[in-house]
Amino acid sequence: MTDTANFLKELISAPGLSGYESAVRPLVEKVWRPLTDELSVSKLGSLHGFQRGTGPEPRQSILVAAHMDAIGLMVSAIVDGFLRLTSIGGIDVRILPGQMVTVHGRHDLPGMVVATPARLLPSNIQTGVVPLEYFLVDVGLLPEEVTDLVRVGDLVSFAQAPIELAGETIVGHTLDDRAAIAALTHCLELLRTRAHVWDVWAVATVQEEVSLGGAYTSAFQLHPSLAIALDVTFASSPGSPSHLTIPLGKGLSLVWGPNMHPFLYNTIKELAERLDIPFNFEPAPSHTGTDTFAMQVTAEGIPNMVIGIPLRYMHSPVEMVVLKDITRAGRLLAEFIAQLDENFMQKLTWDD
Amino acid sequence: MAIMTKEFNISQIRDDQVRLLERLSNACAVSGDEGEVRKIVLEEVRPHADEVKVDALGNVLVNKRGSGDPSLRVMLAAHMDEVGLMVTNDEGEGIYRFATVGGLSAADLIAKVMWISKDHIPGVIGIKPIHLTDAEERKKPFSVDDLRLDVGPGTSKVKVGDRATFSTKFIQHGPSLRGKALDDRLGVATLIELIKHAPPQIDLQAAFTVQEEIGLRGARVAAYAFNPDLAFVLDSTPAYDLPAWDVDENVIYNTRLGAGPAIYVADSSTLSDPRLIHYLVEIAEAYRIPYQFRQPGGGGTDAGAVHKQREGIPSVSVSVPGRYHHSAASIARLSDWQHTYNLVAAALFNLTPQVLAGER
Repeated sequence: MTDTANFLKELISAPGLSGYESAVRPLVEKVWRPLTDELSVSKLGSLHGFQRGTGPEPRQSILVAAHMDAIGLMVSAIVDGFLRLTSIGGIDVRILPGQMVTVHGRHDLPGMVVATPARLLPSNIQTGVVPLEYFLVDVGLLPEEVTDLVRVGDLVSFAQAPIELAGETIVGHTLDDRAAIAALTHCLELLRTRAHVWDVWAVATVQEEVSLGGAYTSAFQLHPSLAIALDVTFASSPGSPSHLTIPLGKGLSLVWGPNMHPFLYNTIKELAERLDIPFNFEPAPSHTGTDTFAMQVTAEGIPNMVIGIPLRYMHSPVEMVVLKDITRAGRLLAEFIAQLDENFMQKLTWDD
Repeated sequence: MAIMTKEFNISQIRDDQVRLLERLSNACAVSGDEGEVRKIVLEEVRPHADEVKVDALGNVLVNKRGSGDPSLRVMLAAHMDEVGLMVTNDEGEGIYRFATVGGLSAADLIAKVMWISKDHIPGVIGIKPIHLTDAEERKKPFSVDDLRLDVGPGTSKVKVGDRATFSTKFIQHGPSLRGKALDDRLGVATLIELIKHAPPQIDLQAAFTVQEEIGLRGARVAAYAFNPDLAFVLDSTPAYDLPAWDVDENVIYNTRLGAGPAIYVADSSTLSDPRLIHYLVEIAEAYRIPYQFRQPGGGGTDAGAVHKQREGIPSVSVSVPGRYHHSAASIARLSDWQHTYNLVAAALFNLTPQVLAGER
């Protein structure tokens, strides 16, 4: 079995910003290769891992998506040896002052994000939160060295190294959604030793943070009968409203709302109850903010479900996840896939 | 005066000095809890000193006697402490409230991994996910009261009263040094090297001070105990040499990286002794050591406490300029550190009572 903690720490040590996932994909490929019958890369860069089912052809297939792309920053200008920035994905600029980053120039450079000191700002923005355009990266080099090594459009990724905290907890950047890649990997391992009637497509999707481009295109290409998105969800944390969060380390979230097929939701919920896998009910009244949003409306439409792994401080370099929730997600998924039979699609109905 | 005729060897910063600075920068020594840095200082200075003691506040006071009878007593001070946090309330399940120690802004604490207690227990300061905020909310800065330390949901060894500081690891990159607490570990590292190469004609009285960041408290008693003839304070001052908006030129840079040691003329607590400023400038020019004047106003160093001690002690501060002090890391230049060391070393090497011959 893959050591989930070590694999996850390796995954979150790689950049792989949205649109540039080739920096992380080989790490997933290496671990998925012995776990899959076929492995391929889509036109947009998503990784497709295939496990053949045992049922008679034509077999049904299920697609499980976990996105491998990361949020980050991009160089927008170079001024006197300092870099100005734009964001890739959703970043609250309040996480940026003093943040260590890697600038992916002609070679990787260690940088630090700083807000321009108030005394140097226009007087109308000297109080309050400094907007992103007034942030800079300092790579500690002389201006001429910087212009030699860095160009507009170069990527800037968070450099916070992974750490382990009390309670078998991992902290780092991009646990959204590499924690789900680790969970999906755990699922593939469990399925390797169990017969399953259906074909399984494990997909490490791209560009979830920006356009859901990976989910749209892989769901179209692979044309599955069912799709599940594995993503992280909001764990209760200081400053977060309790009615929008679930506890950390106390089970998964099963997401309910228009992006999910209710029969699929109920089947997975009953399975979790039967297996004694703890879970929380998570209402998502419209958009789940996951790959499901895209996969549901791909081609003629696909029944979808979202399983959430609770995570604190999402979209920051100190995201926090509990390992047990990751293995729980992998196990629930494997158990669900293993019990899919040839007639499941006939049973999947909207109304009783 | 024209007294600078002696042969003085300009030195380079050696790799072992950078490694020592790395150890000092990675050590945690929030004001009032300077033990980790004190341990390194004691280890380094003991073999080179005539007398070493730790005083009532935790200052390390080092004496290296000169050959004169009596020799000029010269105090050098560098502060060991850094800004940080103290854990003030245990809210359960690994969540703690904290207060800041020294000038540290809430904005610099967000989304950082901190080291808590002498065991360096990791904890994080996170904020609500962007997904659960709206644009108006994101324009509002956090206050320290809004933030918490989170050490994870397992069994916690953190206790109320523990100190915490940034977990930043020191690096050297190109011409620069980057690490936490370079204010004032650069001064500490410089002072250790000066003790190792103290000139023979003076009594060198080195104070590695505590509690500078919360009111220059260590320096006050150290200066009393030493009762020196004059004092040099070695600190690290902010460089605001970044691009400015709405103006053609940044003329409020305070100091600039790469322009050499910053000599203080005036800050919010000290008007440096003009005789010592003049002397440092003469030394710098004689040995062709680059230097800059720190732009007057604001800020302060241990000199603020030293110059008012006893009957008065002629004092001046010299700083290695550094960007982003009191945040997760500072960035300074190796060359500025080297020039600072050489300027002070050459000044001590040539120092005679003549420097104070005239009236202030």
